[in-house]
Amino acid sequence: MAELAAEGKKADILFFVGCAGSYDDRAIKITKAFVKILNKANINFAILGEEETCSGDPAKRAGNEMLFQMQALMNIEVFNMYEVKKIVTASPHAFNTIKNEYPQLGGDYEVLHHTQFINELIQEGKLKIKGGNFKGKRISFHDPCYLGRANNEYETPRILLKQLNAELIEAKNNRSLATCCGAGGAQMFKDAEKGDREIFEKRTDEMVEVKPQIIATACEFCNTMLTDGVKIQDKEAEIEVLDIAELIAQDL
Amino acid sequence: MHYLPNVLFAILLIAGAVFFIQNVKKIFRNIKLGKPLNRNDRKAERWKNMAWVALGQTKMLRRPFPAILHFIVYVGFILINIEFLEIVIDGLFGTHRIFSFAGDFYNFLIGSFEILAFLVLIAVVIFWTRRMIIRIPRFWNKEMTRWPKNDALNILYFEMVLMSLFLIMNAADINLQNLGAEHYVKAGSYPISQFIVPLFSSSNVDTLILLERGAWWLHVIGIFVFLNYLYYSKHLHILSAFPNTYYANLDEVGKLNNLESVTNEVKMMMDPNADPFAIPADGDEEDMPDKFGASDVQDLNWVQLMNAYTCTECGRCTSVCPANQTGKELSPRAIMMKTRDRLEEVGKNIDKNGEFKEDGKQLLNDYITPEDLWACTSCNACVIECPVQIDPLSIIIDMRRYLVMEQSAAPTELNMMMTNIENNGAPWQYNQLDRANWRDE
Repeated sequence: MAELAAEGKKADILFFVGCAGSYDDRAIKITKAFVKILNKANINFAILGEEETCSGDPAKRAGNEMLFQMQALMNIEVFNMYEVKKIVTASPHAFNTIKNEYPQLGGDYEVLHHTQFINELIQEGKLKIKGGNFKGKRISFHDPCYLGRANNEYETPRILLKQLNAELIEAKNNRSLATCCGAGGAQMFKDAEKGDREIFEKRTDEMVEVKPQIIATACEFCNTMLTDGVKIQDKEAEIEVLDIAELIAQDL
Repeated sequence: MHYLPNVLFAILLIAGAVFFIQNVKKIFRNIKLGKPLNRNDRKAERWKNMAWVALGQTKMLRRPFPAILHFIVYVGFILINIEFLEIVIDGLFGTHRIFSFAGDFYNFLIGSFEILAFLVLIAVVIFWTRRMIIRIPRFWNKEMTRWPKNDALNILYFEMVLMSLFLIMNAADINLQNLGAEHYVKAGSYPISQFIVPLFSSSNVDTLILLERGAWWLHVIGIFVFLNYLYYSKHLHILSAFPNTYYANLDEVGKLNNLESVTNEVKMMMDPNADPFAIPADGDEEDMPDKFGASDVQDLNWVQLMNAYTCTECGRCTSVCPANQTGKELSPRAIMMKTRDRLEEVGKNIDKNGEFKEDGKQLLNDYITPEDLWACTSCNACVIECPVQIDPLSIIIDMRRYLVMEQSAAPTELNMMMTNIENNGAPWQYNQLDRANWRDE
């Protein structure tokens, strides 16, 4: 954004990369896949780079409203400085927070999850999926809590997966019944409380049960959790865990 | 002597109503102990939501089989209460089946009530079987012992007895009508109780009258007792489900509320021109809360407290809670039950002392533990699952806020995460200047 502004230019879209998308090796692959899609569709987009800060989601959900609001207000100030209107992010957590919680702090933007934005691009004819690379592959989709239950978005990711001509199979607990991967509410950053087992192991069981070749995710944290789950079951050779952006980027 | 039954009935009616109203007032008072929250907006949407969720019970349909059974009991309960109107008039004026002048329509009504009563009886027996024989796990979580378990069974037994009395009363009445007993007008149609008529056919008129009157009085007393039982029971949801859904959160469940008081402080911190020693403008002091977050029921808002009174302990929330499913202590149902328990304790304290006297207890630690609170993934499964739109997550978040902002009592790893966000804008220890480095990797 800063570089564009220095040249006197403006971007149509702000891609909010998020912390995992910026720093986490696995999530960076998702970031890059999404950028590939954006470039393929010739989107005039920008990122904030070092001017971006954490969306504040884990702080807010850990109960630290003070820290959350500091992050949110800093982001809002930067968004407004660049007159941002439309924000896209590959993180359902950032998506939820910016879309639902920033307006109360004076930050009103059109906010889209990357699956929604990709779907928009396809509908506008700016992007074409070949539909060959994953033809007939068994793909099951894991609904992220913050896209599904939190924001009632269940169908767009499935619409995209169908465009791949894949065989979309559903876990027993899908859509609003989907079990959490265990990372939300700041759990990603701490050990679980005492219990019988880890939540991600349970969710992995449910996903593996329907024998997919690929588990599709739409959240950086879900991806990490389910990747670990598949690894623990020694199934990495048979089952890939990939973000929808990665699947689409491989089929353009 | 002739008017004794009428007088007795009137006393019973008034006592039942007065006692009930007194207890309802206590519930209102307790709910008002909560913090204010404006939910008087979007009225049309609220009515519609209540109509769908409470009246139409659409959220029950997530589990179709119990939904059908529950619907039968619900419709049966409401419609058979029309019969209760007749009972009140008959009881007060010593008449018998006062509405029988309606002829065929009366026959139709009584016939429908009988069929409903029978269906309710079957539904309740199935409910009991699911609970006690099949032992569906959500009825047997660890919070479902002692009173909560007995409460659930009491309700089922109550309904079984009330419905049986209704049918026995009618069966005795048929016999009396057939015998041409004085006072017993020929009225009503009895599609169900006709089958139990033979049980009493050898009895004489006196025994039959005793049976009919006995069943009638027990039925009436049972209804009054049941009405007043609500106050002590999870069954209160038959009333509170309506306001609870009317005042429910209508926004996306992912949206957590904003703490205005924090916003003021944060803006002050971020504003380079702000004078930290400035005298606050009028009214500002009142805006400042005495604490952030919630450690006791008075810190929660009134909708959260109403939620606690509305919970009927069905356990759907807990059955879908990923933390509970994996053996953690957290149970969203227990969060609601403990909130109600503590609220009732505070209420009794006020009853006794005229105002709340410090009792050395609070919701946090004494009822809900930090271990419960930190196990939540904020996945909203419990919120979406609740058939009457109770929001256990909002209580969990408010209590976390207290732990973090008032007591700095977050788990160590979360403190590290928050320190990182504060220092370098990410939950991990990376330099903020490297945020765009992924482009070159």
